[in-house]
Amino acid sequence: MDWALLAESAINGGLVGLMYSLVAMGIVLIYKSSSVPNLAQGSMTMLGAYVVLAFANNAKAPIWLAIMLAIVTMFGVGMAIERVALRRLAGRPIIMILMMTLGLEILLRAGAMTIWGGTGRPMPLGISDDPLFLGPMLINRTYAVGATVAIVMFGLFMLFFRTRMGVVLRAISDDYTAAWSVGISVERGVALSWAMSAVVATIAGVLWASVQGVDQSLAQLLLKGVTVAVLGGLDSLGGALLAGVLLGIVEGVSASFLDPVLGGASRDLVDAAMLMLTIMLRPHGLYGRHDIERI
Amino acid sequence: MLFRQAGIFHTDYAADRALFPIAADRWMIGILLTFGLVAPLLVNSLYLSSYLLPWLIWTAGALGLNLILGWAGQFHLGYAAVMGIGAYATVHATRAGIPWEIAIVLGGSTAAIIGVGFAFAALRVKGLYLALSTLALQFVMDWVISHVPAISGGTQATLQAPDIRLLGLPVTSDAGLYYVALVWCILVTSFMLNLRRTALGRALIAVREKDFAAAVIGVNSFYFKLVAFSTSSFIGGVTGAILIGTFYHAVTPEQFSVDVSIQALAMVIVGGLGSIIGSYFGAAFILLMPGAINSLISWAAIRFGFSLSIETLAHLPQALYGALIIGFLLIEPLGLGKIYNNIRDYLLVWPFGYVKK
Repeated sequence: MDWALLAESAINGGLVGLMYSLVAMGIVLIYKSSSVPNLAQGSMTMLGAYVVLAFANNAKAPIWLAIMLAIVTMFGVGMAIERVALRRLAGRPIIMILMMTLGLEILLRAGAMTIWGGTGRPMPLGISDDPLFLGPMLINRTYAVGATVAIVMFGLFMLFFRTRMGVVLRAISDDYTAAWSVGISVERGVALSWAMSAVVATIAGVLWASVQGVDQSLAQLLLKGVTVAVLGGLDSLGGALLAGVLLGIVEGVSASFLDPVLGGASRDLVDAAMLMLTIMLRPHGLYGRHDIERI
Repeated sequence: MLFRQAGIFHTDYAADRALFPIAADRWMIGILLTFGLVAPLLVNSLYLSSYLLPWLIWTAGALGLNLILGWAGQFHLGYAAVMGIGAYATVHATRAGIPWEIAIVLGGSTAAIIGVGFAFAALRVKGLYLALSTLALQFVMDWVISHVPAISGGTQATLQAPDIRLLGLPVTSDAGLYYVALVWCILVTSFMLNLRRTALGRALIAVREKDFAAAVIGVNSFYFKLVAFSTSSFIGGVTGAILIGTFYHAVTPEQFSVDVSIQALAMVIVGGLGSIIGSYFGAAFILLMPGAINSLISWAAIRFGFSLSIETLAHLPQALYGALIIGFLLIEPLGLGKIYNNIRDYLLVWPFGYVKK
């Protein structure tokens, strides 16, 4: 057995996994505050990348400015989605809410395609393609940047949850009704969490776009995001980070063994299997809250 | 006005439990059935085979999904995979020389057996987690179907479906294929209509409302979830087989991808959860809408003198489709079936609108 190869795919897998957890963090943020499982996170990621390109190409803004502008735009988009689509569904059966996020997924994905077209385009971030050398192992530079950003975002969220607004959000996620009764505006908190999740989606979109280009396949990050979010526990940000690393390593290592046997594309299979296993064995994930259901 | 209740007295149990106690409903069903039977004579074959036929088949599929979603209250995001299993099993069985009548039952049974696998997820989790695990199973099924050459005939392969033969006679004419679909749709519809007045139907509704509470009053929710999953998978499997046999005539993995699952889900949601007439409306709406939007756009493009790029034209119907799902959930969450019921309720007491139903 080639240990260097194994370690290389594990490290690269872990870095990719941290980039998955960027997508998962958006799902977790929304689930934490409003118990809405956001199946539109994948297409929000894709929309974020398209908006960045729109600012960079059409408005000729430099890429860093384009990203900033896109973050501001997506903040508004996230708020608008919550205000228009999700607020009126509060308290409805979960099936309606899931269908609503699926409808949003279709609308955002196809809407972005309608406006900007489906041909793949590069995201010029200026990260060089040369690998980083770590002993005998080659580390992908983009993955390393993405993983760093994921950790930084996690740190920022941890700091944010210590601020006044963050405490409000924690109160909402802890108990909806109790937060309401002490005068917290639950609607505003939920809207803020949607906006933050749209911002995380934009950042994830930019990083993933620099890996695989800007096209429809960015929306397929949903499966990875959901798997990571469930594995980490749907209401735990730290869980999402850890689960991302875990899924990335499992995926990277198993792909390097399974791909030759199964003829490629085994990553999605590994994801689906991880998702199934998590749900069967430990539905509340690694660090999620274990809810007790009452009749 | 239309739905006269005068003169309807429930003098015995049979009359009380009748499917359609109101004469107007019976008349409408009768007229629809007659139209369904003579449609090949009235409608030209293009409309027959490209609108009516898929509508009937997808209605049967939507009814099967409605059984699990609207009656038993269990989320199923992998319905297309179940239909695919039925379709592939049937095609392989007919290619092996098994008569088609037996092959579709085999296909349905295969789908039911594998569909129960989805149910084992339902035993442990529900709600969101059930939705996600069925979604994962859909991906697994997609992968298995497209990556196992014994099933799909190799990647990117199209498997030709043999012609349908009923009692040894080949069914190839448009009218013949239409009747196959019609018979299946009527079978499923009458099953679903009768379900609500059987013990099984009532048990499923108890499980839907609260499975723990159902268990407390003596309904074995575990057993009824399994029954719901296997029954709806059987309907889905046979529907998939008929869809391939009468409409596509060839089977590829993309016909049963996750998008198709969402499409079937949209039919049920747009039609109305637990509504039978709604499944008809929902299937018609989702099937006809892309074409209608396309012609609307091209009409508007000529009328108002603007031109759209090909990519825009390709994706715009999809975007409007998502917008429509959102619109329905916001405006009428119980779908077209509820709208029909509202109109019917209005007419039921017209002109005495103040009467509570």
